[in-house]
Amino acid sequence: MVSGVAAALRGPAEAIRHPVYELRSVSKIFLRRDVHALDNIDLTLESGSFASVIGSSGCGKSTLLKIMAGLLPPTAGSVMLAGRPVTGPREDIGMMFQQATLFPWRTAIENVVLPIEIRDGKRAARAKHDQASQLLELVGLKGFEHVYPKELSGGMAQRTAICRMLITEPAVLLLDEPFSALDELTRDFMNMELQRICMGRNATSFLVTHSIPEAVILSDVVYVMTPRPGRIVEAVEVDLPRPRTLEMLTAPHFGALVDRIRSRLDKEAFI
Amino acid sequence: MSTADFTSGRAPAAAETVWVEQVSLIDRIPRSVAMIGLFVAFVATWQMVTLLGLVSPILLPTPMETARDLVFVGTNLITGQYMLGALWITTKEVIYGFAIAIAIGFSLGVLVGETNFGERAVLPYLVAIDTMPKIAFAPLFVAWLGFDIASKVALAAFIATFPIVVGTAAGLHAADENARMLFRTMGATRLQTLIKMKLPTGLPHLFTGLKIGAVGVMAGAITGEFLGGGKGFGELIRVAASQLNTPRVFSLILYLSLLGLALFATVVWIQRRFVFWHKDRVLASDSD
Repeated sequence: MVSGVAAALRGPAEAIRHPVYELRSVSKIFLRRDVHALDNIDLTLESGSFASVIGSSGCGKSTLLKIMAGLLPPTAGSVMLAGRPVTGPREDIGMMFQQATLFPWRTAIENVVLPIEIRDGKRAARAKHDQASQLLELVGLKGFEHVYPKELSGGMAQRTAICRMLITEPAVLLLDEPFSALDELTRDFMNMELQRICMGRNATSFLVTHSIPEAVILSDVVYVMTPRPGRIVEAVEVDLPRPRTLEMLTAPHFGALVDRIRSRLDKEAFI
Repeated sequence: MSTADFTSGRAPAAAETVWVEQVSLIDRIPRSVAMIGLFVAFVATWQMVTLLGLVSPILLPTPMETARDLVFVGTNLITGQYMLGALWITTKEVIYGFAIAIAIGFSLGVLVGETNFGERAVLPYLVAIDTMPKIAFAPLFVAWLGFDIASKVALAAFIATFPIVVGTAAGLHAADENARMLFRTMGATRLQTLIKMKLPTGLPHLFTGLKIGAVGVMAGAITGEFLGGGKGFGELIRVAASQLNTPRVFSLILYLSLLGLALFATVVWIQRRFVFWHKDRVLASDSD
């Protein structure tokens, strides 16, 4: 029923944008718990765009992300990434979670090259150390290559996790509340870092969050989800100029967008 | 800036409001003093009890007698006489028993921790066996394997296996959902997930199992010797006890405890090398 919303949003087309991710009437029913988690989700992500999905806890947004990542099969519908159906975890998908999930027996750089080690073995991982160092430098962790995670702060750990996500040069980034465990100051800063990285690599990103300002400041499109069954009820286009800055958080237009999303959530989320 | 002015205006009040954390007197005693003091107090009490004749000298020798016997047994061990041979036999039982317990315990632990089959079908039987008093199996092992060291090795291994199974299985379950999901997104195989993530994550649990097993393996070997004869240290203790040579029993136990300590220390040392990243990786004593 909301099909076409995404299509209508092809928005401020910067010419060369084309669809990377295409979800067609994706539904998910957990039979055992008798939960209709997702109902007919249609979604198109354009290359180089940043989209967010926002909703209250339990609206199915994490389920949606898992289906997109190939970690969970949908009950119905299709998920296409770069023209191929997603039927399992894929190399061209990079993922990040709320927890940095660094492994304490590995140094920062060893954590970063872990995906390479899994895919191509130890030698290939070692060959990527130079690139990993550059990534760490990119996120401001130069000099921390050989430090163990316990010596890193929460923000530094998440930055290391960003590098680990980027080392395989994925086409799309799926972000599951990546900074929600951080304090607000760090979080704002990390969001700006994330924007810088995404813009720099022209990455296609999809963020799951329950923070409205975070979704608005980062995204080109914010999808508003409501629970039981999980549906996308509105796609809010964010027409703030890029690069976004933290000053925009107090701009009237920003406030208007936040209000619009909040009212949409209030109306539907708590019935 | 007003806040800064406010605080800086107040801060410099130097000596007048010094606030020191209170540490109770008993916690301020240096560790070496505390340990030696405790030992002296123990020996003094012991001396008093024997001196006042509260306990028959046959049941409890004086500290002096025990010390003399300690020297005697020590000399015997150092000069390589029959007691060293007995200690070597017990050492072999303990090492073989521990090695077998690690091999079987680890394999079963992986089976239980990693497969549904293991958890659903094997684990209930393991729990059932674990609840049995394992020492009661000693006569069976003697009947099956004879009076030589094999029966003692078997009992030692039997007792030490279970904590290692539990430690391994618990360790494999220790990895959190995020880590599992991360490995799935990286396209890791089951074996890769096991080796690169689940096993390292579970090492602290595994070592806890090993430490409990190291204690159990000693108990198993000595119990086996008590009940199944042989030529080990346990036999020396049994003979000394039957002759009411209590100083000898005491000193033999003390030297035996060195073996147990060495085994335990080895496990702790290995743990420290391999689980350097874990915060409570060693005994609480050397953290602070």
